[in-house]
Amino acid sequence: MMRFLLLFSRQGKLRLQKWFTPIPEREKKKIIRDMTTMVLARQPRSCNFLHWKDLKIIYKRYASLYFCLAIENQENELLALEVIHRYVELLDKYFGNVCELDIIFNFEKAYFILDEFLLGGEIQETSKQVVNRCIESSDMLQETMEEYMSKPAF
Amino acid sequence: MSPSVPLQEMIRAIRSARTQCEERGVIQRECAAIRAQFRQADNGGRSHNLAKLLYVHMLGYPAHFGQMECVRMIASPRYSEKRVGYLGAMMLLDEKQDASLLITNSIKNDLSHSNQYVQSLALCTLACMGSAEMCRDLAPEIDRLLRASNSYIKKKAALCAVHIVRKVHELGELFAPAARSLLAEKNHGVLHGAVVLITELCERNPETLERFRKTVPDLVQIMKGLVISGYSPEHDVAGVSDPFLQVRILRLLRILGRNNEAASDAMNDLLAQVATNTDSTKTVGNAVLYETVLTVLDIKSESGLRVLAVNILGRFLLNNDRNIRYIAMTSLQRIVGTDHNAVQRHRGTIVDCLKDQDASVKRRALELSLALVSATNIRSMMKELLLFLSSCPLELRSQAASGIFNAAERYAPSQRWHIDTILHVLTTAGGDVRDETVPNLIQLITNTSELHCYTVHKLYRALLSDISQQSLVQVACWCIGEYGDLLLRGECQETEPVQVTEDDVLDALETVLQSHMSAPATRGFALTATMKLSTRITDNVDRIRSIVSIYGSCIDVELQQRAVEYNALFKKYDHMRAAVLERMPVIEKNSPGHTNGESTREAVKEVQPAKVKQAETLLPQQPANQVCDLLDLLGGSEEPLQSNPAVGSTVPVLPISTSSTAGGDLLDLLGGLEPTPLTPAPTVTVYEKSGVTLTLSREKQSDSGLTVTLTASNSTDSDISSFTLQAAVPKVNLKMRIRISYTSQGSAFQDTVQVDSFPEH
Repeated sequence: MMRFLLLFSRQGKLRLQKWFTPIPEREKKKIIRDMTTMVLARQPRSCNFLHWKDLKIIYKRYASLYFCLAIENQENELLALEVIHRYVELLDKYFGNVCELDIIFNFEKAYFILDEFLLGGEIQETSKQVVNRCIESSDMLQETMEEYMSKPAF
Repeated sequence: MSPSVPLQEMIRAIRSARTQCEERGVIQRECAAIRAQFRQADNGGRSHNLAKLLYVHMLGYPAHFGQMECVRMIASPRYSEKRVGYLGAMMLLDEKQDASLLITNSIKNDLSHSNQYVQSLALCTLACMGSAEMCRDLAPEIDRLLRASNSYIKKKAALCAVHIVRKVHELGELFAPAARSLLAEKNHGVLHGAVVLITELCERNPETLERFRKTVPDLVQIMKGLVISGYSPEHDVAGVSDPFLQVRILRLLRILGRNNEAASDAMNDLLAQVATNTDSTKTVGNAVLYETVLTVLDIKSESGLRVLAVNILGRFLLNNDRNIRYIAMTSLQRIVGTDHNAVQRHRGTIVDCLKDQDASVKRRALELSLALVSATNIRSMMKELLLFLSSCPLELRSQAASGIFNAAERYAPSQRWHIDTILHVLTTAGGDVRDETVPNLIQLITNTSELHCYTVHKLYRALLSDISQQSLVQVACWCIGEYGDLLLRGECQETEPVQVTEDDVLDALETVLQSHMSAPATRGFALTATMKLSTRITDNVDRIRSIVSIYGSCIDVELQQRAVEYNALFKKYDHMRAAVLERMPVIEKNSPGHTNGESTREAVKEVQPAKVKQAETLLPQQPANQVCDLLDLLGGSEEPLQSNPAVGSTVPVLPISTSSTAGGDLLDLLGGLEPTPLTPAPTVTVYEKSGVTLTLSREKQSDSGLTVTLTASNSTDSDISSFTLQAAVPKVNLKMRIRISYTSQGSAFQDTVQVDSFPEH
């Protein structure tokens, strides 16, 4: 299974954190520090795989954001790269040419999309179209409900 | 979906803060406002406030006061509020918080909500942070959803079930039937979830694994559909149809086929098909191939398939993509033990990877190269490894050095090659080798008597060029001290002759002594070597005398003590000096598996002034009848007489510490210091007469033998010479008869002692 997914900028600012196992707050902070230090220190054309404690860390840089995914030892590293790529594609489809600012200002949506793609540390849906359709439907539901709720009651 | 304006305004405000202090100020104000809003009644802006708080939390600021708000929001009937509430719960709450229990009821209700998106929120949160109690509580509900709902919910319920099984193992049984039936679904999401669930169940419970083996044909069928079927736009990734599902099925097949011939046979054809048909130009195809290779190598596959798998790994090694080279090497590392020959075929490529730029690839290549060293390729491999050592990154140096030493020890084709290799390593990476390298090398050098001349010349030259590598300097000093006479003689078969004068040698040693680069231990080596040379050179003994007396007032305590003792040796006991500083005997090393090419274990080279030899070399030299004599004395033994080697072997090493015999005199000079070290093992005194004491301690007991240590000491003021010891043991019954003879104060003594009981361990 996957243990955690972190997105951070080149300056080490955290943009998204998803934890798939319960971890105390203090330890989360330490892990984030370790990950950002390790990944940001890597040379540009190096291998995308690292070893950290008993986990494999798969990282990939997209524009100004680093995607860092920790998987257990028996998982397939190359597939993990594909998982990261799939998430980026989903974000891209949703926001239209996604950039870091989109994720900063709409972080809750980035989480909603992630929660339609991954669940409990495993892949939930393998089809891009299905995920996109579900997000759109949920958004629609939110809008109509909001509209409904904000209508003045007579 | 319209963005949350209040949230975005706050984010903008925070980002425009120019200093950390300013940012903290903005956040404090915002948090105060949020707190106030939380206390107020429902005003339609609750979701915005919680979202703001979650943003602040992500920046690293405390947000625990939002936990109760999350609980309230989850219970709200509005979808927008539920959505943010559940997100907040996943971010701020975990199973250790008490507040998490409060949402159990909400989750339970939402699991049966009429709207699937609300159900989905509940399922997601449960799978993310469900505690064991919550899981136990809600498991039946999840099972219901696994059976009777739409695909959207089924796939989420499957992964929820996975989480539940991870938290509460016993509940696995509950989900097994539902999991089985889900394999018949067409929806990929559900299928994927089902495969993950079955994998989890099989990994946890061997009985469940047995039952699910029957699904192998179904899984094979599904895979075939994915691999052969035409283009499916919904699931296609760069020409591969649903690689995520393919990889999961391959993983499950691996678990089911492990250690089972029948299951492995059933999947053989499929694996061959996947291995040959999958397009390997993109990462995604290689991901599937990688998983296939792992599966083939782990199940009971037929040899043709295994060869195919290893060849795929070989192709990966040549791939331009560094990631693929890396995983090829990790996989090859795993099978180098079992499929050694197959991996050997790719040795060339692996060795080339030692020159890769990437540190992770280098590390893998090093480990794999070391595993591939064998007697046939040792020379060429060592060339590559030594080349690597000279340019490898710092963090790999000590691993490389120790790997090289191990390989050299196991497969050295000749002694000279072995010594050359070790010297090469010490010159390149002397600072990164382990401490025991120095005594190991010294032991190796003493054993190779025919190369003493060559070795000392080579080390002398190395010492002249560089004295910073401590291990090398220590060995060099030791050798020069031991074999300085060979160095001065000049001619040597193996290397070009070079004229070395006594002054040159002493200059070199003094440089080491005085250099600030030398560690204290190294200086000790140099001082002792200088002292030893006093018996091996002829003209410059006075120079040595002066060096030694200078260090008598050295600040370093160890050096000072040595210098003082050597001084004493010069002044009072000059007659003993030659004997004390004699050539060292062969150092015995108890390591099995020594396969040096042409070495033979050499017996003691030089004769000690007092004719003490270790018991096992002693016994064969005595005429056979004397030994038999001794055995006859052991009246109680009915066993037939042992042949000499057998007797020698049942009496393993009885080290008589040299200090107590030839040096026993020396120790007397130093005020009767007790030579016997403090032994933790229980000792018993077996003989004590006129100052000569013999103690016995029992040390190691293995299946084949017992190690007994006999220590002899002399507490009289006079010398003891011609000390001889013989011991005999019967085949059974732990007894020993010891006969000692020695000369003291002009008269000869002989005594026999019988030891019937040994001290308990």
